Amino acid sequence: MDLQTLLQQFVNALSLGSLYALLAIGYTMVYGVLRLINFAHGDVFMIGGYLAFYGVSLFAMPWWLAACLAVALTTLFGVGLERAAYRPLRDSPRISIMISAIGASFLIENLGIVLFDARPKAFAVPGPFAANHVIGGLHVAAVSLIIPVVTTVLLAILLWIVYRTKTGMAMRAVSTDIEAARLMAIDVDRIVSITFAIGSALAAIGGILWALKYPRLEPLMGIMPGLKCFIAAVVGGIGSIAGAVLGGLLLGVIELMTVAVLPGLTGYKDAFAFILLIAVLLVRPAGLLGKNQGEKV
Amino acid sequence: MKIVPYFALAAIAAISVGLASCSKETPPAAAKKEAPPAVAKKEVIKIGVFEPLTGANGAGGADEYDGVKLANKLFPEVLGKKIELVVVDNKSDKVEAANAATVLAQKEKVNAVIGSWGSSLSMSGGPVFAEAKIPAVAVSATNPAVTLGNEYYFRVCFLDPFQGVVGATYAFETLKAKKVAIIREVSNDYSVGLAKFFADSFVKLTGDAASIVATADYNTGDQDFTAQLTNIKQFGPDAIFAPGNYTESALIIKQARALGIDAQFIGGDTWDYNVFLDVGGQAVEGAVLSTFFANDVPINKTSEAFLKSFREEYKKEPPAVAALGYDAYLVILDAIKRANSDDPQKIRDALAQTKDFEGSAGSITINAERNADKAAVFKTVKDGKFIFLTTVKPQ
Repeated sequence: MDLQTLLQQFVNALSLGSLYALLAIGYTMVYGVLRLINFAHGDVFMIGGYLAFYGVSLFAMPWWLAACLAVALTTLFGVGLERAAYRPLRDSPRISIMISAIGASFLIENLGIVLFDARPKAFAVPGPFAANHVIGGLHVAAVSLIIPVVTTVLLAILLWIVYRTKTGMAMRAVSTDIEAARLMAIDVDRIVSITFAIGSALAAIGGILWALKYPRLEPLMGIMPGLKCFIAAVVGGIGSIAGAVLGGLLLGVIELMTVAVLPGLTGYKDAFAFILLIAVLLVRPAGLLGKNQGEKV
Repeated sequence: MKIVPYFALAAIAAISVGLASCSKETPPAAAKKEAPPAVAKKEVIKIGVFEPLTGANGAGGADEYDGVKLANKLFPEVLGKKIELVVVDNKSDKVEAANAATVLAQKEKVNAVIGSWGSSLSMSGGPVFAEAKIPAVAVSATNPAVTLGNEYYFRVCFLDPFQGVVGATYAFETLKAKKVAIIREVSNDYSVGLAKFFADSFVKLTGDAASIVATADYNTGDQDFTAQLTNIKQFGPDAIFAPGNYTESALIIKQARALGIDAQFIGGDTWDYNVFLDVGGQAVEGAVLSTFFANDVPINKTSEAFLKSFREEYKKEPPAVAALGYDAYLVILDAIKRANSDDPQKIRDALAQTKDFEGSAGSITINAERNADKAAVFKTVKDGKFIFLTTVKPQ
């Protein structure tokens, strides 16, 4: 493999990895605050993609309006999901809420099959995202340039919210101890809703970017990315935002480099992602950047 | 089925007992209620539709089912009995496919089966149908192993060894390709088989074992193929043969163009879907594929009738596999008529004797290996549409 090809592979991996990172942040946010793995996160991601699709195809909106509306509606959807499926169980054993999350995931997937039709739909990629650029001999699709930028910007905004605002401080308080936070007059319900709103908005943006990169929508499109980004979040250290980004990038690089360097093992590339998970957890049970905490799921 | 005569007898017995015991009074209500179903229940012949309606192959399965539904609407009866379609979704999954086949064979006790889209899925159902001695007719499953050694599996389409040869010949003679790369869906028997038949034939034509410059693999449902394509790019192939699912293939071509690969793409029958055009957009212009049926040129009266009623019913252009789904239904209907029975074994024997049956996608003669010898059609993509190029007849 020459240098040119290697660099090209690295660019490919970076573009996929930053998409994974974006989704992994959503998992880690919700986990960090609630100690809940939101299994429906991948399905919220799917809803985001479909809403943007229908905005453009059914209502003939310009793409930016459709994208904004899709993010807004998906955010509402995520908050509603928390109200309906998670809030009533907040004081039940953790296992109940986890089962509820799995149930919600199946419900949304199958509802998607009924409402959106199981046949894949083609996402019309708007002009600015469809272009291809050649930079120093490397071929980069416009959308592959946009994704890392969007991820970085969102990450910066998120870190600012969590570490520099009052709401963020309340989030961290709830994350440390719900009961103590409640005694400090923090409106826990509001903070949890905000957390879900942010997580769902990130999933929606991820869904739309995913659809721009791979313009094929289907109701079960969230399952594999959801699972992989969950792994990315755990590998990075679940609950840690920087860890989620690191885990996402790492997963993207490992996945593509497996195919690039060991083409004979292509069939097992997903297996490598899971082996990575096991290996990291054996060495560092809390993940690469995670803090050790007493109680885990 | 077995319960009906017994039920009727019981009802008659109940009525006569009722009449005898209280001759002037009305018969007991219970007997009256039970009698009508026994009389009104008309015998039906069940045809199982064994298709992936969800998952990666959902569009293919739904398209075949559209053809079957249309045929059922136009020809709903045979031997004076109504034909009922029993649909099961095999979910594009080999394990689910075996379960779905068991439901058809053991719970529903169908008389015959149509499907499935996808050779791997058909091969999962095959042993189940053979054991239950129910004949199955594959619509567009082109891998030889589907019918090989399975006395109960038939098909109404051509086979991959043939498709591989015509594809390689087209690449060599018409496209003048010297170096070809292959990218295949490694978890799919159809794709791996067709890639092999293509490669063998191409090497024979060029006389150069190195004329297949690279072979790359991917998994069903993958979205990102940039790593494989970047590897292939180093070899600078004239053409890339990519037998695989329509949506993955469209994404492959799109990503190849984004990586600056300008080789000619060649594919097989699994590309022949509108979703391929929608997902691929500008990138798939000029791609060439071999398939079963072209909807711009009717070849006989059945295809004329099929095209007309399909367009009326669904308000869209029929995909090739819809025509084959329609044909599979008609072939079974014809076998039931000739067997003059709804017994699965007799239908199977009649199916094996099918000769010169005029289907919408060409004449069907079932040979000793339970396959149909049929011509292949080449199409290309132009201005967002499939355009007919040429027909290649079997030798």
